[in-house]
Amino acid sequence: MSLLEFVNRMLGKESTSSKNIAKERLRLVLVHDRASISPQMLNKLKEDLIKVISNYMDIDEDSMEVNLSQDDREVALVANIPVMKMKRDYSAKG
Amino acid sequence: MGEVIVVTSGKGGVGKTTTSANLGTGLAVAGHKVVLVDTDIGLRNLDVVMGLENRIVYDIVDVTSGNCRLRQALIKDKRFENLFLLPAAQTKDKNAVTPEQMRELAAELKQEFDYAIIDCPAGIEQGFKNAIAGADRAVVVTTPEMSAVRDADRIIGLLEAAELSNPKLIINRIRPQMVKRGDMMDMADILDILAIELLGVVPEDESIIISTNKGEPAVMDHNAKAGEAYRRITRRIRGEQVALMNLDVPEGLMDKLRKLVGLR
Repeated sequence: MSLLEFVNRMLGKESTSSKNIAKERLRLVLVHDRASISPQMLNKLKEDLIKVISNYMDIDEDSMEVNLSQDDREVALVANIPVMKMKRDYSAKG
Repeated sequence: MGEVIVVTSGKGGVGKTTTSANLGTGLAVAGHKVVLVDTDIGLRNLDVVMGLENRIVYDIVDVTSGNCRLRQALIKDKRFENLFLLPAAQTKDKNAVTPEQMRELAAELKQEFDYAIIDCPAGIEQGFKNAIAGADRAVVVTTPEMSAVRDADRIIGLLEAAELSNPKLIINRIRPQMVKRGDMMDMADILDILAIELLGVVPEDESIIISTNKGEPAVMDHNAKAGEAYRRITRRIRGEQVALMNLDVPEGLMDKLRKLVGLR
């Protein structure tokens, strides 16, 4: 236990208490458990998304975020993909 | 027509057998005709917790495979007129029984008893599938530890997939001192994560070990905290509205100091 942690505890602050760590870790692990998707699979999904989207636009791969988000017992796939440049749509010009 | 309640958890060692023994005994004390069914084939223990280990002749596999009649395998608890145990087999494995046989057995038990309490083995394999096959409702036992809560979540999903919806939660072995320090998840934390209805909380209590040593379920011990918790849970199973047990710890020196300096 660090000194800061010790002082916080003496002051009765819960922010550093281990139960909050447990709760946060559980929350994250359960999102994946409930969606039955592993971090590896999520990474693969991300790579595949990049491949498909790159056919249509240039995206910022480094700041792209793909995550499972949880709400009660529902899980949603949330993607935030910054677009840098659109590709020209040749087919529209026919 | 009786009701079949399965007691399950996923993780081992969280108190399924203790909970089964106490619920069954509690319901019998309340005047119901109850049978406890141990489905942990190969690792039977409900007999020991109930103090009935010396009276086993036939077991659940003998019944399902037709070696004996149900009546012959039931052990009558001498302390309570209306409490019976159907022990697990010790020398067979979990595949010795099928879910179909369990459904038949459950239907037969419901004719005879007000409540059949099924003690489920740990895990999510065949033994679990057998145990839940004939059940009308499910109780999920967890402790305030990450591994137990995670497994409970998995079990809740599997129960719902098996159309045993609305399982109720028992949080076992809460240590109020640790909760107060912020080093153990409390009731609200766990309910928040698992999002199911609470059936009760049971404090960690040495008297559980003592009562298991003696083969007398703690629910019979009126001085035991855990016994009181199980008596409340029993009443809730019967449909009564009962307040949760007060698990607050008395104020310590540090609390008084904090109050004095106005920090709380």
